[in-house]
Amino acid sequence: MTLALVLEQLLNGVQFGLMLFLMSAGLTLVFGVMGLINLAHGSLYMIGAFCCAAIAAVTGNFWLGLIAGIAAAAAAGALIEVVVIRRLYARDHLDQVLATFALILILSEGVRMIFGPRPLYLNVPDMLRGSVNLGIVDYSLYRLALIVFGLLVALGLWLLISKTRLGIQIRAGESDREMIAALGVNIRWLYTVVFALGAALAGLAGALVGAIQSVQVGMGEPVLILAFVVIVIGGIGSIKGAMVGALLVGVIDTMGRFLLPRFFATFLDTSQAMGVGAALASMLIYLLMALVLIFRPKGLFPAHG
Amino acid sequence: MDRVRKEWLLNTALAGALFAVPLWALMAGEPFIITLATRIAILAIAAVGLNIALGLGGMVSFGHALYFGLGGYVAGIAAHHAFHGTPVLGLPGSNQMLPIWAIAMVASGALAGIVGALSLRTSGIFFIMITLAFAQMGFFFTLSWPAYGGEDGLPIFMRNQFPGLNTARPWDMFLIAYGVLLLALGLFAMLRAARFGAALMAIRQNPDRAAAIGISPFGIRLVGFILSGMITGLAGAMMADLTRFVSPAMMAWTMSGELIVIIILGGVGRLFGPVAGAAILVGFEVFFGGLTEHWQFWLGLVLLAVVLFARGGLVGLIAGRARNV
Repeated sequence: MTLALVLEQLLNGVQFGLMLFLMSAGLTLVFGVMGLINLAHGSLYMIGAFCCAAIAAVTGNFWLGLIAGIAAAAAAGALIEVVVIRRLYARDHLDQVLATFALILILSEGVRMIFGPRPLYLNVPDMLRGSVNLGIVDYSLYRLALIVFGLLVALGLWLLISKTRLGIQIRAGESDREMIAALGVNIRWLYTVVFALGAALAGLAGALVGAIQSVQVGMGEPVLILAFVVIVIGGIGSIKGAMVGALLVGVIDTMGRFLLPRFFATFLDTSQAMGVGAALASMLIYLLMALVLIFRPKGLFPAHG
Repeated sequence: MDRVRKEWLLNTALAGALFAVPLWALMAGEPFIITLATRIAILAIAAVGLNIALGLGGMVSFGHALYFGLGGYVAGIAAHHAFHGTPVLGLPGSNQMLPIWAIAMVASGALAGIVGALSLRTSGIFFIMITLAFAQMGFFFTLSWPAYGGEDGLPIFMRNQFPGLNTARPWDMFLIAYGVLLLALGLFAMLRAARFGAALMAIRQNPDRAAAIGISPFGIRLVGFILSGMITGLAGAMMADLTRFVSPAMMAWTMSGELIVIIILGGVGRLFGPVAGAAILVGFEVFFGGLTEHWQFWLGLVLLAVVLFARGGLVGLIAGRARNV
């Protein structure tokens, strides 16, 4: 086990974490502002990936595909908000879980009807192929670009929320919904915008990750569950918590899968160590979430005090 | 006709239909329909278990697949060791349903005790998410643990035995499932009518007031959660025997979702809600699954319509809203 290998895995963990952040940011905003659990957030991730792959295949241009993926996810998000989600704000969590579970069924089958049952493939854009030398390790240029891109989007989101008028309204909506409606902010419009913004971020993550995984129906749900783990660890409603939680989950999951089998191999035979290590590694982040909830029941950075 | 009488009639009709249809299938020589009815009965038992936590206690567990899967693995592992004649944890394997059920219920109850004790410290969305997290832990554990098949699952070569019946025959298997379903429903009705059920429902409606009149929310909820996990675990052991196969899919989060869907389609907290819901879900799958491969699209639409416009499910639609919800 060399230092180069560890560094590579660490970078993979950070890259995974930043993609999780793009997913979690939307989820946590929607919960913070509207108090809604949205299981269908993973479907928006899937829509982003499918539209990106389809447009990239037609035009031969990844970047056009990326824009199409973001736009399609945002449009789907806005449509879903207006038609369905809007009716759920006043309902209890059980109704929200069920209605958005129903949306997963509808959107997954809908995508399967439109794009067919086979997975699509999305190539890494030409300018980001190959690897780049980082001193002691050759690292995939595309993954490095994902890290930079993820950090830029996080910075943009922070600027949007802390410096713009929309951001002020979003923060005000998180602390007191009735009050900002009373102050004359069009709250219905604000909800639609926040939901579409979260959807666009999910679509962006789906399109970016689609180039290193296959684009298929059901790709959103594993990421969705991880994003829930992230926001529960970070504190629901907190963007900062989502960032910290996403990096924690990304790095711990990646390093656990890498290190635990090697750790058990020091005192078990190889096949047993692989089994035990892999089993424990896949449970690690859920263990982390359970621990956080037991000691900090509202997450690491509670949004409302 | 008053609501109570309407609901009683509906319940009798459901119980009668669930017996009469497979009986007709037995006469007509349609074993597929008998097995379908058995599946409905077993899913209904699992949902009766969840209905204790969700319907009576208001605990939205998004992880009941954990107990369903654990029960399944108890049946699978016991049969696996009985088949190969090897011991498990120092005990011989078993191919008898009754001891397997007992172990499945004890194991599920113990696990529900641990998960419940930790999860009930939280509430609302955190409770939903932490129960999901525990189920995911179980899912990934079974997926990557190679000893019992890992992601390939574990086949049960011979269905386990039940004294006096031939479990290989679909009708006998149905009778077992139907009998257990009636027992589970009886237990649910008894719990709901007892002081325990009243306390559980009082806590759901207002934990602070319940505490003020001397009911400990944590203890009562925990007991409810454990009972709930035990019944769902029992159903898991029976489902493994019906399909003669256990796999991590039994613990997948979609299974937890399906159990909640069953309760919502039928009617939350209603005695026969799980039976109606399981019949609707399986019926929908078989009927629309035969018409179109995209049947889940239509199921999603129906589910969405029920949540948005028909709260109370089928039982609520026919018999009116319950008195106490």
